[in-house]
Amino acid sequence: MNGIDPKTLLPDTGGENSAAGLDSSRHKDRKDLVFVNLGPSHPATHGCLRALCALDGETIVAAVTEMGYLHRGFEKDCEVHTFQQVIPYTDRLNYVLAIMNNVGYCKAVERMLGITIPDRAMYLRVITCELNRIIDHLVCAGANLVDLGALTNFWYSFNAREKVYNILEKLCGARLTSSYTRLGGLSRDAHPSFADEVRAVLKEVKKSVGEVNNLISKNRIFLDRTQGVCVISKERALSYGWTGPTLRACGMDYDLRKAEPYYHYDDFKFEVPVGTQGDTYDRIFVRLYEIEESANIIEQALKKLPKGPVMTDDKRVALPPKQETYGNIEGLMNHFKIIMHGICPEPGEIYDFTEAANGELGFYIVADGSKNPYRVKCRPPCLMNYAAFHEMIEGGMVSDAVANLGSINIIAGELDR
Amino acid sequence: MKNEEILEKLKQKHPQAVLGAADRFGYLEIQIAGASIAEVVKTLRDDPEFAFNMLIDLVSIDYSATQGWTGERFALAYLFKSLTLGHRLQLKVTVAEDEPVVPTISEFYANANWLEREAYDQMGVRFARHPNLKRLLNHHEFVGHPLRKDYPITKRQWLSANESLMDEMDVRLKAKGYQ
Repeated sequence: MNGIDPKTLLPDTGGENSAAGLDSSRHKDRKDLVFVNLGPSHPATHGCLRALCALDGETIVAAVTEMGYLHRGFEKDCEVHTFQQVIPYTDRLNYVLAIMNNVGYCKAVERMLGITIPDRAMYLRVITCELNRIIDHLVCAGANLVDLGALTNFWYSFNAREKVYNILEKLCGARLTSSYTRLGGLSRDAHPSFADEVRAVLKEVKKSVGEVNNLISKNRIFLDRTQGVCVISKERALSYGWTGPTLRACGMDYDLRKAEPYYHYDDFKFEVPVGTQGDTYDRIFVRLYEIEESANIIEQALKKLPKGPVMTDDKRVALPPKQETYGNIEGLMNHFKIIMHGICPEPGEIYDFTEAANGELGFYIVADGSKNPYRVKCRPPCLMNYAAFHEMIEGGMVSDAVANLGSINIIAGELDR
Repeated sequence: MKNEEILEKLKQKHPQAVLGAADRFGYLEIQIAGASIAEVVKTLRDDPEFAFNMLIDLVSIDYSATQGWTGERFALAYLFKSLTLGHRLQLKVTVAEDEPVVPTISEFYANANWLEREAYDQMGVRFARHPNLKRLLNHHEFVGHPLRKDYPITKRQWLSANESLMDEMDVRLKAKGYQ
């Protein structure tokens, strides 16, 4: 160093930037703070979200959040559409897992109508839902790791995701906005090569999860950036109504597929990965392990997949076969009743829920006997996660806030409805 | 606990508050007098026999467009879940049109703060003693409450000014010791 003591270049004069100046016990003055908006339009927010942060140096001392940038009146729109027409709208809630939203909504209305869907439809719903869960977790983990600067993982996880989307595209003609379910079953049956293709893709998914795991699990930078960062306690998470992988990362063994099983989930053998710390690291890894469990469920469901129809024959919801519509007056009338008068559940109210990739996706539906729902309230799981966001990032650095935002997986389409 | 047991137990604890009950497809609904919602919720959360440690959702409903409706115009449905005991429950509170005010439960559940803000924003039901009853989904300049049945779905509003958020930040900074 040319004989110069590096310390003399930066003399500690006890000024504001010195070690003594950063003492936390000093007088807290607002003049020392810088106010920075994180979002609403920022690449790291993955959607329009805003957090106003008060910074002391690079530390967030206080934060408040705002949402609603993507609010488009989903619930109001439902009231002027028929029960069947709401299904495409649900695709746009959490657009990463459209089929899960379709299933969540249809399951609620079907229970209201007292319809049990055929077994084959149930199994196909389970398979497509779990494929959606895989996509969601790959997207969440991949995007989260990009925010941490680990770009390579993004290609590994998004390559696999693309292959899962290819299956869904072949199944229902759309990649993201699938509208795969109908009230009473599914829009169409699986193609003959479906099972083989899914099995082949699952292999690829497992391989890429393994690769991501290898890249990050012993990576010093990743561990330092995520372990013990943005921790939330079990009690606080419960008070915020957290569900799904983010709650499980706090150490709560709670999964609706186990706790209140539906669609034969109790017949499948699978584990529920649970974290211990409630930090960013646990939230990422709970998701990575869940991908493997979803793959297990799909393999079992493919083995058990029964033959038969994918649509109920209940005349209140199922359109008659075309030869009936064109061939006899009853079929024609049945067809026109459903198209013109719609599907009309008896007046009543129901709350029904499913375990979506982000947590409990609930629909509270009020029917008044007409063809339109009287009121639909969607319970988006990530609203509860985002409500806790400001609390989690306080005391951390700005870069930790970005890493945390990815790990609680806020999807603005679902958050703002 | 079974649904009937929950109802019986709650009747014993709050005989004045319980107005009735209904079965919503296997999900127990208990109708509660609006004024006593806070104390009932406190019991539900703290009594180890109920142990409802989660507020799942808060739903606001405007019944005014229902044919032949004679009850109060608005209702709130509070959905609870107990993770320790596994049972679920829904409380229903009716809210009058001329004075749509209900006590807040935001001190008992952290997410109630935002859920009540959403109900206020969308339906115009106000929550007494809420710490920050602002709109949640709609813009702060928005006029009216869009989920009310008399709000036309085609109505558009011009909204332009940014929300500064400094009012909320002030509260937060004071709590952190910044004057």
